[in-house]
Amino acid sequence: MIAEHPVIQILIPLLGAPLCVLTGRGVLAYWLALACSLASLFVATRLLATVMATGPIVYELGGWAAPWGIEYRIGPLNSFVLLLVALLGAMVMLAAKKSVESEIPGDRRHFFYAAMLLCQTGLLGITITGDAFNVFVFLEIAALSSYVLIAMGHQRRALYASYQYLIMGTIGSTFILISIGLLYQMTGTLNMADLAARLPAVGDTRTVLVSFAFFMVGVSLKMALFPLHMWLPNAYTYAPSIVSAFLASTATKVAVYVMIRFLFSIYGPAFAFDRIGVSQILGSLALVGIVIMSAAAIFQNNVKRLLAYSSVAQIGYIVLGISFASENGLTGGIVHLFNHGLMKGALFLVVAAVVYRVGSSDLNAFRGLGRAMPVTMFLFVLGGLGMIGVPLTVGFISKWYLILAAIETGHWLAVALVLLSSLLAVIYVWRVVEFAYFQPRDRDSDPVGEAPLSMLVPTAILVLATIVFGINTEWTVGVARAAAVFLLGGHA
Amino acid sequence: MRHHSILRAVTKFFLPYILLFGLYTQFHGDYGPGGGFQAGVIFAAAIVLYGLIFTPRIARKVIPYRAVYIFMSLGILLYAGVGVATLFMGGNYLDYNALNHHHPVHGQHLGILLVELGVGITVAAVVICIYYAFADRLES
Repeated sequence: MIAEHPVIQILIPLLGAPLCVLTGRGVLAYWLALACSLASLFVATRLLATVMATGPIVYELGGWAAPWGIEYRIGPLNSFVLLLVALLGAMVMLAAKKSVESEIPGDRRHFFYAAMLLCQTGLLGITITGDAFNVFVFLEIAALSSYVLIAMGHQRRALYASYQYLIMGTIGSTFILISIGLLYQMTGTLNMADLAARLPAVGDTRTVLVSFAFFMVGVSLKMALFPLHMWLPNAYTYAPSIVSAFLASTATKVAVYVMIRFLFSIYGPAFAFDRIGVSQILGSLALVGIVIMSAAAIFQNNVKRLLAYSSVAQIGYIVLGISFASENGLTGGIVHLFNHGLMKGALFLVVAAVVYRVGSSDLNAFRGLGRAMPVTMFLFVLGGLGMIGVPLTVGFISKWYLILAAIETGHWLAVALVLLSSLLAVIYVWRVVEFAYFQPRDRDSDPVGEAPLSMLVPTAILVLATIVFGINTEWTVGVARAAAVFLLGGHA
Repeated sequence: MRHHSILRAVTKFFLPYILLFGLYTQFHGDYGPGGGFQAGVIFAAAIVLYGLIFTPRIARKVIPYRAVYIFMSLGILLYAGVGVATLFMGGNYLDYNALNHHHPVHGQHLGILLVELGVGITVAAVVICIYYAFADRLES
């Protein structure tokens, strides 16, 4: 049965989406989407366990062997990312019911859940496949469904934000497609492993260089690497809260995964790092992004937007880790990819709960919530500590490895800037804490109750995970290190 | 368009042939140029033409929104369902050989036919849906 798991992973949400449309306006669509998300989480857990125990899994679609057919190839890195996507998909879906009922009109809810499942399909598909063109196809599934999801936000500006994302996202995907096309032209193959084997022979041609340039710009747009992040703050701010929580914790991370996969297992570190010197570009963009975006987050008056800017900064940490191209750097980058997904998911779910109770994600709406919604705000504080990188949280672990890698390679400026940005994170997290705990609610405003249990429980699970993995790092760092070793060994 | 009797008459005359050509493209796709995507677009073009000439409101009486949504989903389910069927019959996902263990070639044939039918249904429904969505905007 485990042999079929790779395809079942994709099939569950793919089949769930049309079924959600068929169930119509009732509440059934939600339970179906939830069942699919939980099943998908179960499959992802088993895949990761199998990969860690017995090595990579390969699945040939349609019975056609690679490189002719499409193959799913699951190694330590992508099973880790699969788990992140499936876990966040399930937790966000657990919390979704009430929030969606208050933010999405009744005649659109079943479409909303269908789009959520399609988005999951796309993100899981990008991660699982071993075929470069298949990456693009799933990239489009994920992107198109996320444009729809963002446009469903209840403010009119959601449409504008979605359109902005659509333009930037389409440029990104087109660039990636052009790059894959050029690679195909030079090698005649689309299978990643086969590409890696054939590329060194033609690595000196201008076509491959151009394809590399297109790929890097395209994927940087997709993952919102500074300064190509302009679409992200609006998209996360105006999307329905549940969508912000899901996309912020998974979509950009999957794009980072695509970059890692292409850099290390298609172009190869020898080409990308030694010949092109992508380290300098990625590293400096990441560092500038970390500092400027953390600083920008301080000046935001909307908590969703604040978290969105902080997301761009956190993407910088991940990219910084990758740019070192060393074992510790990659481990830090990959583990932060996972950890940041957990933290951002939790923080955005807290905001979703606040929007559900208070009706706004404005900083002013947070006044006095420390008293009115004590559990919710406590979870925010714990998640915020993670963002800062306080010891005993996952944020500390990722930064530890990043700084370790920076010291190893003698990048003292990187060490200083990472520490500086942690201080900036203290300020932006503190701003929310100050409003929540030290400012009274307006006397004439309606009383606010604690968030519903259905939203608290998944948030608490994520926050708990950030602390558990912050204390017992054996599992997350173990998997990330296995992935890093695997990548540096030149494997998929 | 009420006064364009020639357009109305010609449209009525053409519609069955367009639909038939759509179906031909669909089912002849195994042997010649064609296939689900093209067939779906041709089929939907008939409905779009009907809507353009006789107003979208009347086109929606022929194929209402509800039907469009249902066919959209059924097409995907048919495609994915063939894959699930091959899984249950002992093959890999979408391995059509598994559909007929005695004659794998027949299995391939049946598999392609069903999968393309799924594509055709979904594409036709989606194109009609996009047309409705735009037409509704103009009307309101």
